[in-house]
This record gives sequence, C-alpha cells and structure tokens, in this order.
Amino acid sequence: MTNLLLSIDAGTIDWSRAQFALTAIYHWLFVPLTLGLAVIMGIAETIYYKKRTNFWKQTTQFWQRLFGVNFAMGVATGIILEFEFGTNWSNYSWFVGDIFGAPLAIEGIVAFFMESTFVAVMFFGWKKVSAGFHLASTWLTGLGATISAWWILVANAWMQYPVGCAFNPDTMRNEMTSFLDVALSPFAVEKFCHTVISSWIIGAVFVVAVSCWYLVKKRHQQMAVQSIRIAAIVGLVAALGAGATGHKSGQTIAQVQPMKLAAMEALYDGGHEIGLKVVEGIEVPYGLSMMATNTLDGYVPGINDLLEGYVKDDGTVELSADEKIERGRLAIQALADYRQAKAEGAADSVLQTQLSIIHSNMPYFGYGYVKDKQDLVPPVWINFWAFRAMVGLGCLFIAFFGLVLILIFDIPMVSLLVRRLLSAVGLLDERSADRSAPADAMPAWLCWAAVLMVPLAYIASESGWLVAEFGRQPWTIQDMLPTWAAVSDISAGSVALTFFLFLILFTTMLAVEINILLKQIKKGPEVS
Amino acid sequence: MTYEFLQHYWCFIVSLLGALLVFLLFVQGANSMIFQLGKTPDERRLLINSTGRKWEFTFTTLVTFGGAFFASFPLFYSTSFGGAYWLWMLILFTFVLQAVSYEFQNKLGNFLGPKTFQCFLVLNGILGPLLLGGAVATFFEGSNFIVEKGNMIDADALSPVISHWANASHGLDALLNPWILVFAVAVLFLARTLGILYTMNNIADETIRTRSRYQLAGAAFVFVVLFVTYLIHLLLMDGYAYDDSGVIFMEPNKYLHNMLDMWYLTLVMLIGVVLVLYGIIQELLSGRNPLTLSGIWPAGIGTVLTVTPLLLMSAWNHTAYYPSTADLQSSLTLENSCSSYFTLNTMFWVSLLVPFVLAYIVYAWRKIDSKKIDRAEIADDDHAY
Repeated sequence: MTNLLLSIDAGTIDWSRAQFALTAIYHWLFVPLTLGLAVIMGIAETIYYKKRTNFWKQTTQFWQRLFGVNFAMGVATGIILEFEFGTNWSNYSWFVGDIFGAPLAIEGIVAFFMESTFVAVMFFGWKKVSAGFHLASTWLTGLGATISAWWILVANAWMQYPVGCAFNPDTMRNEMTSFLDVALSPFAVEKFCHTVISSWIIGAVFVVAVSCWYLVKKRHQQMAVQSIRIAAIVGLVAALGAGATGHKSGQTIAQVQPMKLAAMEALYDGGHEIGLKVVEGIEVPYGLSMMATNTLDGYVPGINDLLEGYVKDDGTVELSADEKIERGRLAIQALADYRQAKAEGAADSVLQTQLSIIHSNMPYFGYGYVKDKQDLVPPVWINFWAFRAMVGLGCLFIAFFGLVLILIFDIPMVSLLVRRLLSAVGLLDERSADRSAPADAMPAWLCWAAVLMVPLAYIASESGWLVAEFGRQPWTIQDMLPTWAAVSDISAGSVALTFFLFLILFTTMLAVEINILLKQIKKGPEVS
Repeated sequence: MTYEFLQHYWCFIVSLLGALLVFLLFVQGANSMIFQLGKTPDERRLLINSTGRKWEFTFTTLVTFGGAFFASFPLFYSTSFGGAYWLWMLILFTFVLQAVSYEFQNKLGNFLGPKTFQCFLVLNGILGPLLLGGAVATFFEGSNFIVEKGNMIDADALSPVISHWANASHGLDALLNPWILVFAVAVLFLARTLGILYTMNNIADETIRTRSRYQLAGAAFVFVVLFVTYLIHLLLMDGYAYDDSGVIFMEPNKYLHNMLDMWYLTLVMLIGVVLVLYGIIQELLSGRNPLTLSGIWPAGIGTVLTVTPLLLMSAWNHTAYYPSTADLQSSLTLENSCSSYFTLNTMFWVSLLVPFVLAYIVYAWRKIDSKKIDRAEIADDDHAY
C-alpha cells in the first residue's frame, strides 16, 4: 500500500548511482596518495631518526607538508561516502546493515581515531614531543589510514562476494552468522592487498615526479635524488606486488563473478582454450583460460553462456538467467506467503514449508527483482577498456621504476650497461653514459616522463575501481540486491541537485588543492 | 549476555558517542565566532590554529557515531538518513567545507583567499550544531516517516523501498517545529559557550581572553534559558512508549516518568548540569586570575554527563527513540530497529577497544596542548594554518 506513496523513478536510481560514483571517484583521487606518501615519508623520517641530520628532517617535513594538503581532501570526501549508504541507499542499509554496518563502525573506532590523533602530532608535534614519539606518530598515521582501508575494503568485498550471512525471514533482512568469514574473506584479503599495494605506486610516482622536476630545474638536487631512491624502491616493489595480487584477484573473480570477467574481456561466447585479448583482434592464446582456471583448456563462460546457462567443467549446471529470475520470484513469493501465514497464526508445518522454499531459492533472491535479463549485463566497453588501461599502465610502471632504479642507484655493471644502451639509441648523451653522479643520472626525457606518470598513475588506479564497480552491475550485493531495490525513496530532482552541488564543490576544492600543491612544490623544501 | 542487554548497551555506546560529539562541537562553537573573537588577521589565525588541532576529533566522532548507529540500529540509519535527506545532506555539506578550510586557507596558492575559508568555518560553526541539535530533538519530537517492511515482497514495484518520508521536505520540516528549533539553538549556544571556554584555555593571548570572557556571559545565558525551557517542555509533553508486544502508544508525561523511573540517569544528568554551570561561572568570576582558565574541563565533562542520559531517556524504559508522527506503529524502538544478537555481541567485544582509544587520544592531546598557543608559535610553525 505504501509503495503508492513512493517518489522514486528511474532517474532516482541513475542519479543515486552517479552521485555515489562521483563521490567515490573523487575520494579515490586523494586516498591512494595518502597511503603511498605515508610509506615514503615514514621511511624518510626513520632515516632522520637514525641519522639525526637536518637534511632528512627537512626532507620528511617537505613530504609531510604535501601529505597534509592532500589528506584534508581525503577526509572531506570520505565522510560523504559513509553517510550516502543511508541517504541514497536506505533499502540497502536495512537489508544488509546487520553485516555491512560492523566494518564501518570498526573502521571508525579502530582506524579513524588513530589517524586523526596521530596526524595532529605529526603536523604540530615536531617541537613538542620526542623524536621517537614523533616517528611513531608518523607511522601510526599511515597505519591508521591502512587499517581504515582494510575495513572499508572488507565491506566492499562483502558486497561483491557475500559470505558469513543468512537471510532472516522474520526480520526481512540478511544477518551476520560469522564475523571471521566476513572479515577474512579471501576476496577481502586479495582486494586489500591489491588496492593498498597499488596505492603505494601513486605515492611513489608522485615523489619521483616531483623530485625529477627539481632535477630538471637543478634545485634541491640532493633531496630529489634521495627521495627518488626511496620512492623507486617502493614503486617497483608495489608495481610487482600489484601485478601478483591482481592476477590472484582475477582468478577469484572468475570463480565468484564470472559476468564481471566476461565483461572485462568482452567475451560473449565462452568455451575452452580461450585467449586473452590484448586489444580487439590481438590476443594471447589460451591466456584467459590459463588466467581463470590455471589450465590451458579450462572453460570460461561468456556473457551469452551466463544468460542462457551452461555446464561447468566439473559437470554442474549453471542455471540460465530466466531460471534464476523464476527462482528469485519463488523466494519472494514464498516470503510473502510466510509473512501472511505467520500473521494469520498458521500451523508450524505451513510455515516450515514456506521457509524451505525460501531457503532453497535464496541464492537467487535478488534475481526476483529483475524484469529483463539484459539488465544483468554490465556495461561491457567500460570494463573492457578500463581493465586494459589498468593492466597496461601497471606494466609501464614496472618498466619505469626498474629503469629509474638502475639509473639512480648505480648498480655495478647493470647501470653502466643500461646507460650505454640508452646512449646508443640516443636517449642519453655520450658524456653522461659513463658518469655516475646521481644528480645527472636521470636524463631530462626520463624526468619529464616521470611527471607524465602522475596522471597515468591516477588513470590506472581509477580504472581499477571502474572495473570493480561497473563489473558488478546491476548488483549492489552480488545476486542478492540489484541497485533498483537498494535505493532510497527520494525524487530524482533532489539527488540530481546534490550531485551537482558535490560536483561543483569537489571540483573547486580539487582546483584549489592542485594549485596549492604546485605552489608548495615550486617553493620547495627548506633545506639548509 | 541477553539480547535486551546488548540492545541497551549499544544504545549507551551510541549515546556516549553522541554526547562526546556534542562536547567536541566546541570546535564549531569557536569557529562560529571567529570574527567576533578575532578582530585582526593575527587573532583570527590564533583562533583557527587553536580549533584546527582538534577539528579531526569532532569529525571522526561524527563519522564513528554514524558508523556505530549503522552497525547497531540499521533501521534508524536507513529511515532517518534516507528520509531526512536534506537535513543530513546540509549537515554533511557544511562538514565537508570545514574539513578543507583549515589546511587550505593560509597556504600559498589558495586562489579563493583566506576569508572564503574562514566564512566556510563560520557557516559550519553555525549550521553544524544547529542542524545536529535539530536532528537530536527529533528523538523526542518525532519525524514524519513510514516504515513498511512488507514492501520488500513487492517484486513488481519499481523499487521495494521499506522506509519513506511522508512529506516532500525530506527532513527540513523538522525546522518548522518551534520546540525543535529551541533545542537546536540551545545546542548552538552550548557549542559557542564551550568554544569560548576552550579558546580561553588554549590560547595564550590576553586580548582574545578578555574578549572571550565578555562573549561568554551572553552565550551561556542564551544556552541556559533555552535548555531549561526545553527541559520543562520535555517533562510536560506526551511521549512515545511501547508495551511488551511492541505496540506503540502515547503516554502522558512519558519523559517525566523516565526521569523518575531511571533516577540514576537523572542524577548523572543533574551532576552534568551542575558541572557545566560550574565551568561557566568559575570562568566568569575569576576574570583577573590567569591561572583559572580551565572552565572547559568541568563544562566539557558536564556536557557529556548531561547529554548521555538525555539521549538514553529517549530510548530506554520502553520508549520509542525515533517516533513517527505519520504512523505511530512505524516508530523505531531499540527492539524493532536493532541488529541481530550475533552482530551486537560481536560488536560488543570490539567496543572494549574504546577505553584504549580514549587513553591514547588523551595522551596525545596532553602532549600537543602542553604549551598554550601563542603568536610566536604560529609565526614559527611551518605547518600553521
């Protein structure tokens, strides 16, 4: 009856999705730099703690100053995300709040307070606390940000791969049955490792880029070289780690979100011995089968297979979308019958019959809200190209950090060999090929390439999230709740208005932040 | 532990977080008076740097308050945030403005100018406490919403939403209720009172302290008058009660009954009120003694001791803590809106970390505040706002 009063229309759903995407994308512009810079400035301060030289103190303070400008925007954009679960996705908040709320609460209690307490000590405590306490505060600020990432990624992973819960027909919601299953889900662990490690790449790229700019300008060269050394090590380790964890994530996605994998590969008709597309028309033979199943001839379902149903390699049958929709409707109808029977005081046997129908069809509950099976297909081209941008740029970062390391560290034999090779192809002048002075170690083109890496690093990072989030459409919770069943009862106009308010506000603040960062970089560290 | 105990326990934790948030609104209170307490750019910078070392605590407490509410009472989260959309969005919007205002305002490259961000701080300083106060007052005055869980079984609906607001204003209607406004303005002036007490304690500058003391009397007077007015109204009003079967009904003088039935909460609240008044009066009477500038501590502790029981009065003792003025039976109670036993129990163990968290906050706070802020420190501090 009360559904007649709803003010929702299709626009509400689209604007709500757009607003969440907008705030999440903006938030993710600032978080990875926070996570990455935290590691690098932590290492710099640790060196200062050991050496107690003014140089390392000023170097640390310089990176902390840039960290502070970025950190504020991360905090500002983050608060919106938490509350948007309630404001824009109220049905979602009720339907899974019993499970989803816990990680958010723990994030606040455990991580945010650690971050906010020690960031104040880090900024204002240089002359007020001991060097050891200050160093601990710097690392605890980074640790707080990382723990925060852990819990929010646990929450996100649960939406993609819901575990440790069961539907309660009396309360009409899903309830947690195992906290450990939720908190330590393999999907969550992989997501955390991949996301945090890849964030370090952004921090490393940023530090290398700023330092290279100083080398080009021949300013603060000692700080630049030392910072590049730290950042290049962090960056290479992170880029290799992101590749390894990304591969593991891909294998898990193949198991639990096959539609996402099919969309990432634009694979409409699956089969055995499927190749991995580099771009349309060029592929690595057997690559996708190998990636998804660890065998060259493993079966990988395509979009059409997932809609029409197929038989897996182990002989089990995956239902077609129509069958899943039918079974979802059975679950919803049985739930309605159960509630009515309970209200009328029906016999226990009647209730048990309905409960058994509900439970046997519960894995398909969300499909009951689907009216057209085509709605189950995520946007293919976004997934396809975002995945390629992420992987392609990830490979570029490995090569970039590898080259920077070889040039900046003067590794016996290797550095000389690479310099001469670069000289032979005209990328390094002959005079520099045999020199090992660190300030001259980076040729100008590589310094400018480092600056170019900054936007590329952000494109790679945001592309990863585009794959993760577009790939799971239309589900807010995989197979359990589609977006249109999760949204709040607000008019499209209201959400559109807040969308544009946030767009204007965040864009203006981003412009201010970038301008401040550029001025701070131009001003440089106060190295004596 | 019984399910009922855990429901009451989590109500206590959320109320305590709410009370700490009200105390920490001293940041907003002081910011709302930047231009009154600081007449020169240097004075304003002192004020901003003083609150700037605490703003993250307020912000984090707000986020944790929301997270704890979500985890323990998800139906409230879904109904209030999704329904009172504009009220919460306005609150969030002003807090977003605040979060960047400190870091950006005096930095080279801020093309909007320091005054823009100072105005943002004033805006958040006024609207933050006012709207949060309004939101809290709805725990007693009610809100215009309907909850129908049965909507989930309507697979053919465009969206099977269970909670919705019964009017088009989406929360702004609360500000048309004069009693909600009385409470909201009382919270604003409490924040200003606490803000003045905090800056007097935290900033070593005689000009600001003299000016603050002058402002204190006015802010405290408005707060006390409005708070006492609302308290009398609360004691006389009908409240939202529910029986053992969960049926909600109006009970005359419900909150008066709650105060009598839960005398221990009333006692704590009275101690809190006395401490707040003591903090204010101590500061007002000890004008010439620079050593007695610690009114923020009794007033702050008093605020927590007053607000925690006040919030508990809205929920304990068979009281509907989020009453619906559109459909009485849609009102939210601890029982019908809480998480499952499993979740509340799991979260109980997590909540035992709270004393540890509070301990390191106090330790770090004392370290940072060991020396009061003065003009020399700001001039010498590379990271000063």
